[in-house]
Amino acid sequence: MSQRRDTAPPGSLPARAPLFSALGDGTRLQLIGSLSRGGRRSISDLAEGSRVTRQAITKHLRILEEVGLVRGERRGREILFRFTPKPIDEARAFLDLVSRRWDEALARLKSFVEEAPAKEPD
Amino acid sequence: MNTDSIEKRIELKAPVPRVWRALTNHIEFGQWFGVKLESPFVLGKSTAGMITHPGFNHRWEAVVQKMEPEKLFCLAWHPFSIDPKIDYSKETPTLVEFRLEKIPTGTLLTVRESGFDKIPAGRRAEAFRMHDNGWTDQMTNIEDYVAKA
Repeated sequence: MSQRRDTAPPGSLPARAPLFSALGDGTRLQLIGSLSRGGRRSISDLAEGSRVTRQAITKHLRILEEVGLVRGERRGREILFRFTPKPIDEARAFLDLVSRRWDEALARLKSFVEEAPAKEPD
Repeated sequence: MNTDSIEKRIELKAPVPRVWRALTNHIEFGQWFGVKLESPFVLGKSTAGMITHPGFNHRWEAVVQKMEPEKLFCLAWHPFSIDPKIDYSKETPTLVEFRLEKIPTGTLLTVRESGFDKIPAGRRAEAFRMHDNGWTDQMTNIEDYVAKA
């Protein structure tokens, strides 16, 4: 009750916080790459042609599933995974904001160094 | 997709020493960045001051990580740390590197901010709130200032 931090509404940006670390891994990015081509794919399918073991793939998929980037659905003895892209948009939106902030600051710096120094007030 | 860092490159029609001063002199930095810093940038030390834009009433703080004259200036800070009730010092800061390179027309400045993956829950939402409060206004303020200088 005294803890506010875990009460972020589902789908809000605070609730998406672990997304950033989920994306910070080469294997997971590759998995997203494979799944983003569409369709549902099994773990063995995803492990095929990869140097990473099935167990590792499973672990990575679980991490991606926790942050909502992929969703696994059981079909018979297999679990089929598909890409659920909405969180990517939020991560991108945040970086876009940071990016805009820098564009603005650097535009001010540019005016500052290019115009301010030599100019004497009349 | 890289979510941990962001990099910007900008060509400035001003010599490297001029750009270096605008970055590392705390008064000049404050003028384009928009913060009234209370002390100079010193390697390994923190400097702080109030953000100077209307609608912003919070303290800004950064620690100087590297200072290689006219080459590299590096700060660590807590982006969007706008809530005075939160102790941001326990969180992992992001790192901002300003790299300067001489080019025929002046200076090529590369800015890289990294460490976003470690920004804790809630900060991104604050960032959006802060943006709505007026980073755009802030830019206009500084442009006015520079025009009058």
